[in-house]
Amino acid sequence: MANKGSNFDTTVLIKGGRVVDPSQGLDLAGADVLIVDGKVAKVGAGVAVHPAAKGARVIDAAGLVVTPGLIDMHTHLRDPGFEYKEDIVSGTRAAAHGGFTTICSMPNTNPVPDNQAIVRYIRQKAAAAGYCNVYPIGAVSKGSKGEEMAEIGDMVLEGAVAFSDDGLPVWNSELMRQALTYAKPFGAPIISHSEDKSLAEGGQMHEGYWSMVLGLRGIPAAAEEVMIARDLILAELTGGHIHVAHVSTRGSVDLIRRAKERAKRVAETAAAGGHGRPFRVTAECTPNHVTLTDKAVYDSKYDTNTKVNPPLRTGDDVAALKEALADGTIDVIASDHAPHHFDEKDVEYSYAPNGLSCIEVSLALAITALVEPGVLTLPQLVDRMTTAPARVLGLKGKGSLAPGSDGDVTVLDPKARVKVDLSTWYSKGKNAPYQGFELVGQAIHTVLGGRLVMEDGVLRA
Amino acid sequence: MPVSDMQLILETAGSLKEILTREIKKVPTLRGKSIVTLFYEPSTRTRTSFEMAGKYMSADTSSITVATSSVVKGESLKDTALTIQAMGADMVIMRHSVSGSCHFLARILDCSVVNAGDGMHEHPSQGLLDMFTIQQHKGGHLEGLKVAIIGDVQHSRVARSNIWGLTKMGADVHVAGPATLIPPEIEQIPGVTAHDRVEDAIRGADVVNVLRLQRERQQKGLFPTIREYSRIYGVNRERLALAKDDVTVMHPGPMNRGVEITSEVADSDHAVIEEQVTNGVAIRMALLYLLLGGAEA
Repeated sequence: MANKGSNFDTTVLIKGGRVVDPSQGLDLAGADVLIVDGKVAKVGAGVAVHPAAKGARVIDAAGLVVTPGLIDMHTHLRDPGFEYKEDIVSGTRAAAHGGFTTICSMPNTNPVPDNQAIVRYIRQKAAAAGYCNVYPIGAVSKGSKGEEMAEIGDMVLEGAVAFSDDGLPVWNSELMRQALTYAKPFGAPIISHSEDKSLAEGGQMHEGYWSMVLGLRGIPAAAEEVMIARDLILAELTGGHIHVAHVSTRGSVDLIRRAKERAKRVAETAAAGGHGRPFRVTAECTPNHVTLTDKAVYDSKYDTNTKVNPPLRTGDDVAALKEALADGTIDVIASDHAPHHFDEKDVEYSYAPNGLSCIEVSLALAITALVEPGVLTLPQLVDRMTTAPARVLGLKGKGSLAPGSDGDVTVLDPKARVKVDLSTWYSKGKNAPYQGFELVGQAIHTVLGGRLVMEDGVLRA
Repeated sequence: MPVSDMQLILETAGSLKEILTREIKKVPTLRGKSIVTLFYEPSTRTRTSFEMAGKYMSADTSSITVATSSVVKGESLKDTALTIQAMGADMVIMRHSVSGSCHFLARILDCSVVNAGDGMHEHPSQGLLDMFTIQQHKGGHLEGLKVAIIGDVQHSRVARSNIWGLTKMGADVHVAGPATLIPPEIEQIPGVTAHDRVEDAIRGADVVNVLRLQRERQQKGLFPTIREYSRIYGVNRERLALAKDDVTVMHPGPMNRGVEITSEVADSDHAVIEEQVTNGVAIRMALLYLLLGGAEA
């Protein structure tokens, strides 16, 4: 491609879009975003005449929405160990295609990132691929075995931003307590995969009417809720930061809402010199759990792509998640993108692994389920997918278009009508129950550190 | 399954049952059709019943049992099924421990697939033969009858298939058993009432269908002991006396005598347990005929 100047690759002018930046409370129509040398230089009307814009690559955003680069804080890249499902290159390509410029990789790989070497491997491989920033989430315990604490501090120094034994709960309450305590000075939340394994054992789907009809062993809502209750109590005990992953039930929402109110009161009391140690509670939910219900297992005649953990819940749970996203009880929308190989899902329902691939439609699912029916405004949705995860994880320079921020930008069309076609996905995982779904919203361009990664919905390399 | 389909199957079974009383029990209806039974779980009556139903109608039947097949070498259900189809099977009859497996199989295969019991989901031919048996004892109808289903409803595909069929045909179904074995959502099915006490389910019943108790449920901690189960939830003469005088007692087999049902009840004039087995062959003949032979007949 013709090069108009030496800084062409990292200097971009995104012209004439509706700029939505929740970190600054910005919602400007017909505004420009100028990125110079990989950093946001200026946002507003008429930036195009700025001297630094000379020689910039120009992206026409007329009729589109310009936001901080989308962040997905819960992605399974499967690398190292399960590259046949997904690897860091295919997973970051899929993320970029979905409009994301930053993702957090989950640690249930083989080996698990329980030391700085694996964290560095993930960082370096993702950086070399260059499609999307990757911040690893390290294991809480060595080998995710739930016994001894992993090298949390060492991993933070290599770029890990949070810790979780995702896929497994930290069943040992004492270990969870110590991890919350130890991680706090590093500013890293402990992410709770909340599941009481004894209540969930053998479960294939949400326990309720449809599991009874289908004769599948159920996973009661309580399996999630009892563990969340424990972790919230431990967060208060330690003054730590607990982040609850993939919240799926009304009961969980109620627990988190109460804990957040309590955390606020404790913080106020402590600020006034009173008794109590401030603690922090944040939470996420997936777009899948606000799109589908447990009836999908029945409607799809046991399609294994409806099998996910936590399971798809009831319509009442979906309503509770929506309320929680609207009132801020749930801070973040995160995909829990969980690619699997076709063969692994092409089996009897009970033999299939949990998880569904969704990062390439995460934005569209969220817009369709949340913005279209008026649950969230578009700026609120952008917050839940950019500014909020950056705040939860303490990612500097992310989730914002304030001058000096990293030049990560997503340009999206919130009104685009798209029909899901799995064959166009960049992810190796085609295990999604969304084939043929008609959704609203699409990421059109992504800019990563001032570099155009996706153009008109297609990756540039 | 729509009511009209169930009625068609029940009527067809009624006319085919006569073949079983002939001296030479063989008709040529399904000559040249091949049927394969693929059983991933042990079974005596269901598999034999399907095979004999096929043979009485001159179909060629083969059976695959997992213990002696390539499944022990790790072959997937998908590949096993495709192999059977490639050999020219017109129908695969499968039993599998995983609910929904027959839906999975039907997506893979072009030939007919019959569910001979999948996990805790359904056992449709058992449901149909139970309905057929009830009809024969209650003047040809099911509407308005009170049917008690006693035992482990939670894990029972027989219970589910009975409940769907009977409620659609207008019967009132009453279930009872240990609270850990009765799914609380069961009453969301119109026509189903759950009771804490077996006595309340049986009182005034036209039919008592006793479910087999799987002993592993006790090992999983769902009830304390077999002895306690038998004392509180077993169907014995005293409890049966609460039902109508002409009550019909059924059991899908195999029975644990002295556990869920006493021998006194199982061997009484009210019991039709062997007749269920005979009717099972008639129902399965009807299913094979309607799926494989209906067009030519």
